[in-house]
Amino acid sequence: MGKEAFPDTHHSHSENTYLGFWIYLMTDLIMFATFFAVYGVVRNNTFGGPSAKDILDLSYGLVETLVLSTSSFVCALGLRAALTNQKQKMISLFGLTFLLGITFLTMVGFELTHIVQSGYSWEMSAFLSSYFTLMGTHAAHIVIGLIFMAVFVAQVGFWGLTDVTKKRMTTLSMFWFFSYIVWIFMYTIVYLIGAQ
Amino acid sequence: MNEIFGRLTIDAFKHDLIEASVGVSILIAGAVMTFLLTYYKRWTWLWKEWITTVDHKKIAIMYLIVSAAMLFKGVVDAGMMRAQQVLSVGDSFGYLGTEHYQQLFTAHGVAMIFFVAMGFVAAFINYFIPLQIGARDVAFPFVNALSFWFFVAGGMLLITSLMIGNYSGVGWVAYPPLSGIEYSPGVGVDYWIWSIQVSSVGTLLTGINFLVTILKMRCPGMSLMKMPMFVWSVVVTLILIIFAFPILTATTGMLTLDRVMEMHFFTSGFGGSPMMYVNLIWAWGHPEVYILILPIFGIFSEIVPIFSQKKLFGYVSMVVALIAIAFLAFVVWLHHFFTMGAGPNVNTFFGLMTMLISVPTGVKIFNWLFTMFRGKILFTTPMLWFLSFVFLFTIGGVSGVLMSVAPIDFQVHNSLFLVAHFHNVIIGGVVFGIFAGFTYWFPKMFGFKLEEKYGAFAVFFWVFGFLFAFIPLYILGLMGATRRLDHYEASTGWWPLFAVAAFGFVIISIGIGFQCLQLYVSYKNRKKNRDKTGDPWNGRTLEWSTSSPPPFYNFAHTPEVHDIDPFWVMKEKGLKEAKGNYEKIHMPKNTPHGFFIGVLSFLFGFAIVWYMWWLAIVSLIGIFVSLIVRFSDRDTEWYVPVEQIEQIESKRGK
Amino acid sequence: MSKQLKITFLLLFLFMLVTVGLIFAYSGDIAVLSPKGMIAEKQKQLLLIAVSLMLIVVIPVFALTFGIAWKYRANNQKAKYHPKWGDSLLAEAIWWGIPFIIIIILGVFTYKSCHELDPFKPLVSDKKPVRIQVVALQWKWLFIYPDYDIATVNYIQFPEQVPINFEITADAPMNSFWIPDLGGQVYAMAGMRSKLHLIADKEGQFRGASSNISGKGFAGMFFYADATSQEGFQSWVDSVKRSSPSLDLEEYDSLVLPSEYVPPSYYRLEDDGLFDQIMNKYMAPMSKG
Repeated sequence: MGKEAFPDTHHSHSENTYLGFWIYLMTDLIMFATFFAVYGVVRNNTFGGPSAKDILDLSYGLVETLVLSTSSFVCALGLRAALTNQKQKMISLFGLTFLLGITFLTMVGFELTHIVQSGYSWEMSAFLSSYFTLMGTHAAHIVIGLIFMAVFVAQVGFWGLTDVTKKRMTTLSMFWFFSYIVWIFMYTIVYLIGAQ
Repeated sequence: MNEIFGRLTIDAFKHDLIEASVGVSILIAGAVMTFLLTYYKRWTWLWKEWITTVDHKKIAIMYLIVSAAMLFKGVVDAGMMRAQQVLSVGDSFGYLGTEHYQQLFTAHGVAMIFFVAMGFVAAFINYFIPLQIGARDVAFPFVNALSFWFFVAGGMLLITSLMIGNYSGVGWVAYPPLSGIEYSPGVGVDYWIWSIQVSSVGTLLTGINFLVTILKMRCPGMSLMKMPMFVWSVVVTLILIIFAFPILTATTGMLTLDRVMEMHFFTSGFGGSPMMYVNLIWAWGHPEVYILILPIFGIFSEIVPIFSQKKLFGYVSMVVALIAIAFLAFVVWLHHFFTMGAGPNVNTFFGLMTMLISVPTGVKIFNWLFTMFRGKILFTTPMLWFLSFVFLFTIGGVSGVLMSVAPIDFQVHNSLFLVAHFHNVIIGGVVFGIFAGFTYWFPKMFGFKLEEKYGAFAVFFWVFGFLFAFIPLYILGLMGATRRLDHYEASTGWWPLFAVAAFGFVIISIGIGFQCLQLYVSYKNRKKNRDKTGDPWNGRTLEWSTSSPPPFYNFAHTPEVHDIDPFWVMKEKGLKEAKGNYEKIHMPKNTPHGFFIGVLSFLFGFAIVWYMWWLAIVSLIGIFVSLIVRFSDRDTEWYVPVEQIEQIESKRGK
Repeated sequence: MSKQLKITFLLLFLFMLVTVGLIFAYSGDIAVLSPKGMIAEKQKQLLLIAVSLMLIVVIPVFALTFGIAWKYRANNQKAKYHPKWGDSLLAEAIWWGIPFIIIIILGVFTYKSCHELDPFKPLVSDKKPVRIQVVALQWKWLFIYPDYDIATVNYIQFPEQVPINFEITADAPMNSFWIPDLGGQVYAMAGMRSKLHLIADKEGQFRGASSNISGKGFAGMFFYADATSQEGFQSWVDSVKRSSPSLDLEEYDSLVLPSEYVPPSYYRLEDDGLFDQIMNKYMAPMSKG
């Protein structure tokens, strides 16, 4: 029995979607890896300005990490609810995921604003350019994740938990976990190692 | 700076006579097409059949058309440059201003690599991968259409730069600090960044799409080691794309941040490192050139067995060689800047890795030659392109291995010797391979055969044209002539060689003339030369088992295979495709969102180039809206009824 | 078809013959093939060795291509036809193995020459080297002789058979410093100090240029270099010191402004730390308060 080129009710199409999305996430990882490699090269190029130690608050970063971890955990619970056809539970859990994501974003916003207001902006050195770019690119991923979270959860609300909407909640969750893992790299490389 | 128009002023539309006439010709061509479409009432047809299509075969045809147009532009660029370098000696400064000349070689490189080579390769991948693996479509048809429209949007940004503002003049890889905001404050480098960024999104999506297609949608019985060599070469290419293109996205992204937000990744001061850019851009750039050539190797592996009437020699070895080349492609990037002073140990390592690539490449050439050995060779046009490729690509490979020895490279880096080398391998390899693939697969795509004899003349003039155009450049490089010069002193003694090179361009143009003539005459004789059987060459792979062109669903019955060269085996065993007993076929519906997102990404790129921030935000939001609307559409597929399949299949062979 | 193929192959062979012949005949005009200094001489020998090694593979490839294409053309009834034969372990071993061995040999040459011809490596000589500091500007070359207190633009002179130690930087986009008659090039980058060590075997005039595009005036980034006798060099230095304007920071600031196709000019050097000062423009400022 051949695998049809274009079914949507057969799970083989979901398999294709998951594989394709995985590969996309790997390309995103390589893009982040490039930014991290650049950070590794320029992290001490402060041009007489502040270094990581001067601008980073490790405890604040830890709280950000905990917020995003919780968001990821709740997302996993939400996905489990979706795959076990518990629509209401899923919606509530993703609502919480969303709120925690917003909280994370707000904390990042405050952090970056504070740094700029202290007089240290990305125009001052390669180190600061790299730091702001890493944080900004990651934040952009969170924003995009939140947008699609809203859209896909709304679709579940309107259409219920079908094969298609479950597939979308799964790929969304993959994206959300991925963004969380990138943040772990961020915290480790930029905050923990960088601010030594 | 204006709130609405950013830094776009009326000055952007002012150009010198030559540039203006180019812009005017483009506008006239557009106007003529618009008129014809209106007069023949074909707007609906264009929208329904082409712009909103998700059929991989039609998308392939569109790639062909765009790439051919870009090839024309790239060739004209080349002719203009050759003319300038013949005229601009001593007291004369030629007919082109320096800035125009610098934009020419930059745009020539970008157009040829991103929009011609990659476009033609994308066309063949699009048309023939699903057919060769016995699939009815790609894994993600909408994403496939989206890839094409990103490609077009990137190309349109390049073309727009000819008319509004100007293009970059800092070379096709745009090294900082020259490409930074301090030394290039204008719009040129920004156009360069965004034409590449936008089209590269398309390339990356193609990489993901076709990798999933090949891994998941092969017909029953087609294990990996039974796939056609073209499919193998594409698998390896897609892996290269997936690993390399994100680096380009990040790097040009950082260059944009430097230019637009005054960041300091690659500036000379403030802790920036131009050397870091050089490393990053070539970490992408070297895999890129293998992305160009590996599918070509796959095409030749299809062509040589057919026209030797013999199976491919050393299938396993060929696969291993592809994988070896792909792996090595990632560990050689520093050979693009041996002269940047990395030290002898680093230079030695990268030199050794570079030289090693010649081993698996040579294996492929020997395997093709021994496919011909004890075969019965037919000197059709595709085969002539292949033989010319062996001759020219070998010379180019020699010059490449020469340059992989760093101390030799110190004497030829960035000279015309380098320019001759890469044109040698790109023209002798990629371009000849594209022509071979095009003439080989033409009957399948268009339903009629090409008139052979014009093809032979085209090959002849291209080969000799190449030799006259580029062998002098090898010598010029050894004489100390660098690349990218719009003028030189008469005392250098370079002029006679530039004159020979210009003559070579004329010869190549005659070759192109024969190709155009071949298309014209073949089209006129299309009824006489119709491919009625779908198998004009006695083919070995599954695409030849379909009609020419194939029905939109590719296969009425999904094939089941047991061997390499499955169609050949079927013919040997006298098996025919079962008629009747059809089941309804699941197909995707057309969608306008690929086109919409393409237009919006063009606007996004244009907006950032001209600092029109409101437009950037609006077009970005528009892209999200279009995607969300697309995701909210639940009516995206349909079933082809059995009656329609029967009707189409009954017309085969008539 | 076959007669046209024959003619084509013949023409190709003639073309190759003529090309190689012309290269030999005119090699005196081809800088990389007629070196005027020890470094360029070694690079040329390396080039010839590498080409010879590769011909071991290339000539058989060309012969096989022509031979096989010819013998196994479809209408040749005398040739064997084995359509199902496609494997031979022995053949594979030969063309995986022999090119690999050749590459190993070339690799050994590469390792040795990369170390021997490292541009940063000083030349061994009993003569005291002449130090020339090179600054790539837009769009001319500034040459500083810190030990002789002179500076020049777009022209250098040095004694024959004496090592020249170049230190190279830029106050401009990336350039590349290259005198093909004497040896290979090295990049000129702002804030960095590249090095190049060359020597001229005899008196003569050599052309130098930048090979990396640096903007609008790039085509004007060439200069001439004269190798003269020791006495000739010394009297040239003296005459420059006697009669030229001085190059101080103020004069340098106007020199740095973009200009194209600048004719050779000469200066007395006020401050022999000028090169370091130029480099430091791109370094981090001293610690703030």
